[in-house]
Amino acid sequence: MQADENVRKKAQDALKKTAAFGEDFNLNDYGIASKDVEYTEDLEELNEEDQRTLLNVGFTPNEENRSGSLIMLDNAVSHTSLLDEDAVELMSLHDASKKHEWVKDYSWKLVKPDADKYTAMSYLQDANGYFIRAPAGKKAKMPVQTCLLIGSEEVSQTVHNIIIVEEGAELDVITGCSTKHGVDSGLHLGISEMYVKKGATLNFTMIHNWAEQVGVRPRTIIHVEEGGRYISNYICLKPVKSIQTYPTVILEGEGAFTRLNTIAVAHPDSELDLGSKVIFNAEKTGAELISRTITTGGTVIARGEMIGNANGAKGHLECHGLVLSDDGTQRAIPILEANVQDIELSHEAAVGRIARDQVEYLMARGLTEEEAVGMIVRGFLDVGIQGIPDELKTDIDETIEKIGESTI
Amino acid sequence: MLEVNNLTVEVAGRRILKGVDLEVETGYTNVLFGPNGAGKSVLLMTLMGFSGYNVTEGEIIFKGEDITNMSVYERAQMGMGIMTQRPPNLSGVKVHDLLKIISKDLSGTEELAEAIDMVRFYERDLNVGFSGGEIKRSELLQLSAQNPDFILLDEPESGVDLASIELLGTTIKKLLKMDTKCAGEKFKRGKSALMITHTGQVMDYVEADRGYILCNGTVMCTGNPREILSEIKEQGYEECIKCKLMKM
Repeated sequence: MQADENVRKKAQDALKKTAAFGEDFNLNDYGIASKDVEYTEDLEELNEEDQRTLLNVGFTPNEENRSGSLIMLDNAVSHTSLLDEDAVELMSLHDASKKHEWVKDYSWKLVKPDADKYTAMSYLQDANGYFIRAPAGKKAKMPVQTCLLIGSEEVSQTVHNIIIVEEGAELDVITGCSTKHGVDSGLHLGISEMYVKKGATLNFTMIHNWAEQVGVRPRTIIHVEEGGRYISNYICLKPVKSIQTYPTVILEGEGAFTRLNTIAVAHPDSELDLGSKVIFNAEKTGAELISRTITTGGTVIARGEMIGNANGAKGHLECHGLVLSDDGTQRAIPILEANVQDIELSHEAAVGRIARDQVEYLMARGLTEEEAVGMIVRGFLDVGIQGIPDELKTDIDETIEKIGESTI
Repeated sequence: MLEVNNLTVEVAGRRILKGVDLEVETGYTNVLFGPNGAGKSVLLMTLMGFSGYNVTEGEIIFKGEDITNMSVYERAQMGMGIMTQRPPNLSGVKVHDLLKIISKDLSGTEELAEAIDMVRFYERDLNVGFSGGEIKRSELLQLSAQNPDFILLDEPESGVDLASIELLGTTIKKLLKMDTKCAGEKFKRGKSALMITHTGQVMDYVEADRGYILCNGTVMCTGNPREILSEIKEQGYEECIKCKLMKM
C-alpha cells in the first residue's frame, strides 16, 4: 500500500509536468467527463446519428464480421458484447481487475503514471477502458471493435486500455476514436498498454475522427516477446485541433517484429504530432515504420525513432509528406540510434508538393486535374496502409476527393 | 489532323525549337528523324501541352482548332494521346485502377493485356520498377484504353530487345487501326500518328507515310520516310544539314 501511496504522490506532482511535445493543454479548462452514462444494451437501438458516428471510425453497430464490441462513452463503458467467447475475453478494465487478480501486473507497468500531466491525470482518475485478452493459441476469426467516444462538451476523457495476446494467439483490434454529434471541443487522454507474448500476433487499427476543437494525447506502449508481431495502422484524415502521440514498441524477444503504418491529413488549424518509436532490445528483431502524411493547411510533425540495442536488428523508417497548401507545414524528424555493431537501421524522408509531371501524365490520359490529384493522393496514402476495413473506404474516398478539389 | 506553324519553343529559358512547320494529315503516320538533342521529344511534349515547354512563337492547330494554349487534359479530351519515353513513377496508383478510370469499356484493352502479357501488372504500382520493355507495353495498354485519334509516339522501340520489337510494332499497328485491308478506308477510319524513331525498326510493322528530319530545332527536310531513312543510314545527318545550307 505504501508503494501505491508513493506512485499516487508522484502522479500528483506530475499533474504540472508539461509533456515533451505538442501544445500544452490546461487540464483545468475541461470538466471531468462523467462516469455515470447510459448503458446501451442493443447497438442497433442507437439513433442513426450515433450509428453513423461509429461507422465512420470503423465500428459496425450490427456487429457483422466482429468478434466483440466495447464502447467507452465519456469516462464509463457504455456497451460490451462478446460474440466469440472462446477466442477472446473482452470487458471493461475495472471489471477485469475485479475478475483477475493478476491484471495489476499489467496495469501501469509499461506507461508510467508520472510520465507527464496527461498520464498523471488518467492515473489519478482511475481511468477505465477496455481489457482484451486472446488466450494462448486462440485465433479469433474476426476483429474486436472498440470505440472511445466523447459525449459531452468541454470535458476531459481519461481512458486506460490493456490488451494481452497470449502465447501463439492472434488478435485483430479496431479502435475508433470520435466525438458525439454536437460536441465541438474536449480533451482525450488515453493510456494503452499492450502485451504481445511469445509467437503471438496483434493487428491493431486505430481510426480518429474527432470534432475540430478536440485535443488528443494518447500514451501507448507495446511490449513484444520472442517471435511476436505487432502490426499497427493509424489513420487520421479528419480535422482535429491537436494530436500528439508517440507510441513506443519494445521488441524484447528474439525475432520479434513490428510494422507501424500511419496515414494522416492535417487540415487548416490542425496540428498532428505523430511519432512512432521502436526499441530493439533482442537479437534479430525487425521493424518498419511507414508514414504518409498530407497537409492541406495544418501542421504535421512526423517523428520516427529507432533505437538498436541488440545484434542482428534491422529497421527501416519511411516518412513521406505531401504539402498541398502554402499555409501547411510538414516536418519529418527521423532518428536512428545504434548501440551495438551488428545492426542495420535506415531511413528515407521526403516532403514536398505533388510532382507536376505525375499530374500531367495522368491528365494526358484524359483525367481532369482533380481526378489526377485525387488518384495520386489515394495512391500516396494507400502505400501507408494495408487492409483498411471496407466500411471505411467510402468515407476515406470522400475525404480524398475533397482534398483533390481543394488543391486545384 | 495536326498542323504546326512556325513553332518556337523554350525549355528552361533555352530556345530548343525554332520555327518548326509540320503537318499530319488524317489517317497518316508521319515519322520524325533527327540526331540526339535535335528537339524531337521537346516537340512531342509541346504538342501534348506539358508544362515547362513554353511556346514563344507560332501555333498548333489540332482538328482545326488552335490548341496552343490548351491544357493537357483538354488536348487529351480532343483525342490526342502520347507514349512518352520516361514516364514518372506513381507509387500506390495501380495499373488496373488507372485503366478503369481512362475507359469504361475495357474489353479490347483486356484482350490486348493478355496478348502483351500485362495482366500480371494490373495490381502493380504504375511504372515503379518497370523495365524498359514493360514501360512500353504499359504505355500502349493505356493508349488502347484511351483510344485517341492522334498518337504521339516517342521512340517506341528504344531499349527493347529484338523479339519484343515485333510485338510492339504489331501492337502499334493495331492501335492505329492499320489492319484494315482497304487503302482508301485507312484514311477515313484509321488513326493518325507522329512517331520518333532512331533506327526505323518500327517501320517494318507500322506503315509510315511521310518523314521529317529535325536538326538543331528546325525541320531540315521532308519526304518519303523510307528514302530518308536509307539516306540517313548511308550518309548520316551531316549530309542533310549541308544540303539544307546549300538551298539557303
